[in-house]
Amino acid sequence: MATFLGLDYATWWFLLVGGVFSGYAILDGFDLGAGAWHLFFKKEKSRRIALNAIGPVWDGNEVWLVIGGGALFAGFPVVYATLFSAMYIPFMLFLAFLIFRAVSIEFRSKEPMLWWRKMWDISYSLASIMLAILLGVVLGNVLQGFAIGADMEFQGHWLSFINPYAIMVGLTTLALFMMHGAIYLLMKTEGRLYAKLRLLLKRGIIFFIVMFSITSLYTLIYIPHLSDDFKNNPALFIFPLLAFLSIANIPRLANKKKYHSAFIFSSITVAMLLILVAIELYPVMLLSTLGEAYNITIYNAASSEKSLGIMLTIAAIGTPLVLAYTIFVYKTFAGKVELDETSY
Amino acid sequence: MDVEILSRIQFAFTISFHYIYPPLSIGLGLIMVIMEGMYLRTGEKVYEVMTRFWTKIFALTFGIGVATGIVMEFEFGTNWATYSRYVGDVFGSALAAEGIFAFALESGFLGILLFGWNKVSSKVHFIATIGVWLGSMFSAVWIVIANSWQQTPTGYHVVGEGLEARAEITDFWAMVFNPSSVDRLTHVWLGAFLAGAFLVLSVHAYYILKGRFVELSKRAFKIALIVATVFSLGQLFTGHHSADGVAKNQPAKLAALEGHFDSLAVADMYILGWVNKEDQKVSGIKIPGGLSFLLYQDFETPVKGLNAFPEDERPSAINAIFQFYHIMVAIGMFLIALTLFASFQWWRGKLFEQKWLLKIFVLVVLLPQIANQVGWFAAEMGRQPWVVYDLLRTSDALSKVVTANQVLFSLILFTIIYALLFGLFIYLLNKKIKHGPNEEPLIDKRTHQKEMANIFKNN
Repeated sequence: MATFLGLDYATWWFLLVGGVFSGYAILDGFDLGAGAWHLFFKKEKSRRIALNAIGPVWDGNEVWLVIGGGALFAGFPVVYATLFSAMYIPFMLFLAFLIFRAVSIEFRSKEPMLWWRKMWDISYSLASIMLAILLGVVLGNVLQGFAIGADMEFQGHWLSFINPYAIMVGLTTLALFMMHGAIYLLMKTEGRLYAKLRLLLKRGIIFFIVMFSITSLYTLIYIPHLSDDFKNNPALFIFPLLAFLSIANIPRLANKKKYHSAFIFSSITVAMLLILVAIELYPVMLLSTLGEAYNITIYNAASSEKSLGIMLTIAAIGTPLVLAYTIFVYKTFAGKVELDETSY
Repeated sequence: MDVEILSRIQFAFTISFHYIYPPLSIGLGLIMVIMEGMYLRTGEKVYEVMTRFWTKIFALTFGIGVATGIVMEFEFGTNWATYSRYVGDVFGSALAAEGIFAFALESGFLGILLFGWNKVSSKVHFIATIGVWLGSMFSAVWIVIANSWQQTPTGYHVVGEGLEARAEITDFWAMVFNPSSVDRLTHVWLGAFLAGAFLVLSVHAYYILKGRFVELSKRAFKIALIVATVFSLGQLFTGHHSADGVAKNQPAKLAALEGHFDSLAVADMYILGWVNKEDQKVSGIKIPGGLSFLLYQDFETPVKGLNAFPEDERPSAINAIFQFYHIMVAIGMFLIALTLFASFQWWRGKLFEQKWLLKIFVLVVLLPQIANQVGWFAAEMGRQPWVVYDLLRTSDALSKVVTANQVLFSLILFTIIYALLFGLFIYLLNKKIKHGPNEEPLIDKRTHQKEMANIFKNN
């Protein structure tokens, strides 16, 4: 296969898809986290401020998922087909909650009645929580592996996506996003809501550290194949080490009220955890529990070299553009939230 | 019901529902760009007020459009896994380009369009409006290219055999400029402009009739009328080109559109009719030899009919395809007549004196929407039994591991959610229209407002 800067095209696409999904997890992660906290805010004004903190950006953040899905479809159609058809129910539920979240944000502010706003508050928060958990459930299943046969098709039961490990990873994802979201909101708020969030963030950090420890322990004991690469190549230990240091940095910075720095480190944490996943999986993308020969890897799943090359060109042209106006939008709306007549 | 029919119903249902919104976004986007451009040129407040009003409605359609759009992308993988494996290599680059060039552009600038009125200068805001509109135009580009490739595949070769077969791209530009993509893209764009323009016409005609926001509405109505007239006429050309392309590239579909059965005979064109599939007859009002003339400028040239194709290689729902196509054409003709008449009245200076004409404009808002929907129905049903023309059958394109019960579950889920969503959309649209443009002066935090307007005026 053709290479670019010493890496073959399939590996580039693995990195690219991973990069876009990391971007999605960092960006929509704080939206979902903020949504998960929503019902903890009791005052109408606090809820509006929290909603408007993500108001101008959540839609753009969701687009990263569309791009990630497109990149996965384009780069690895076999993975896309097998994964999505194997995880039919979780993906359909995910879509349903995605619609509910969008609709709740859009419609909440359109009527002043108390019951109306309460209804959308509940649906917004529930949808955010479920989206975070479902993302984790899919990730948990990917980590464990699927019953994939010789025809590259899933052979398991349609309900097998529900299992202890998947739920554990789901809750860990929720905890991670809640911590990340609370930090984001702290950057965007002041006054009473800010004081309340400081308290909530402490609980969020504890929730995350507990869930993360349990899941890591379970992984090490019961899913040994997920630490193979680290055992075989001790140099790679630098990555889990960095992940731990990054996590440890968050409570330290939060105590000093340095929320911008804390946000950078919670973003790095999200990325580092996904990098750990990527290192362990590569070059496998979907692990078969029926035998190594049936694994779906970046090589037997990738599009043709020609196609990958074309799409790399597209990505090379497009990515700087996307980054440029993403940064422009965040700069425009930087600072604390002020409600005005265009707000939600 | 089996998985195939359920998956087809689900895809048709979710994409039809979705397709209410993107054409409105594209069409309203164009009109907002014109309105805001007028504001920057003239500095007149009235144009800013109307732009802001339509921005609010745009936000509503855009929000639902994004939320319902991701559904189809996921369905490729969940319900049509074999299709995804088959076309991924070719289709993927179009989808990737759509994500990176179109969606990111749209959604990135949307925040500024909606929430940035007080945060950026009016010039930057105008750029954001253009960015969002161009983004919506681009998303139409890539998705229509992908769909056109399914109608007229080029620039690929097939590797593997039987169940392992899949299409691989050989020539990116041949894939992009496949024989039908340009004709179909322009047809889709113009259809979207009309959907947006007629919504604007309808709402402002309603205000004029009610005596509310009259001065503003007259100006907005004229802007939208120009757009509607130009593009109704334009649709005649893009439609004709599309039909020519179908005749050349998908003769079985063309035969179905006009209910033309004889394997090689002079083909008639129907104004309206009813197809009886059993005795292969169409009853209705026709122009004898009309289709032959349209395609070859000669009433005597024979055209390939449905019987020229094997039974399992031609669409089955002939009458439905015939009706959908003819409804689309009839609506198109009516809109041309209506907009030309209204433009004539404007020229005579009597546009707003004809109450009955304004009433018609209030009601016709649904027609471009219906035309867009049935046009796609005809295009997609006419391609059957293929999902990729002459390459992959719809029945072979399914996910093998997904069961009917799973699809039934998701179909019911989407039906409930979309019913709720549609109810809310209509309720909020109605509320926004009843409330009307906000003519109160706004708290303005921008600084360069006046200077910018002057710069544009002086140039």
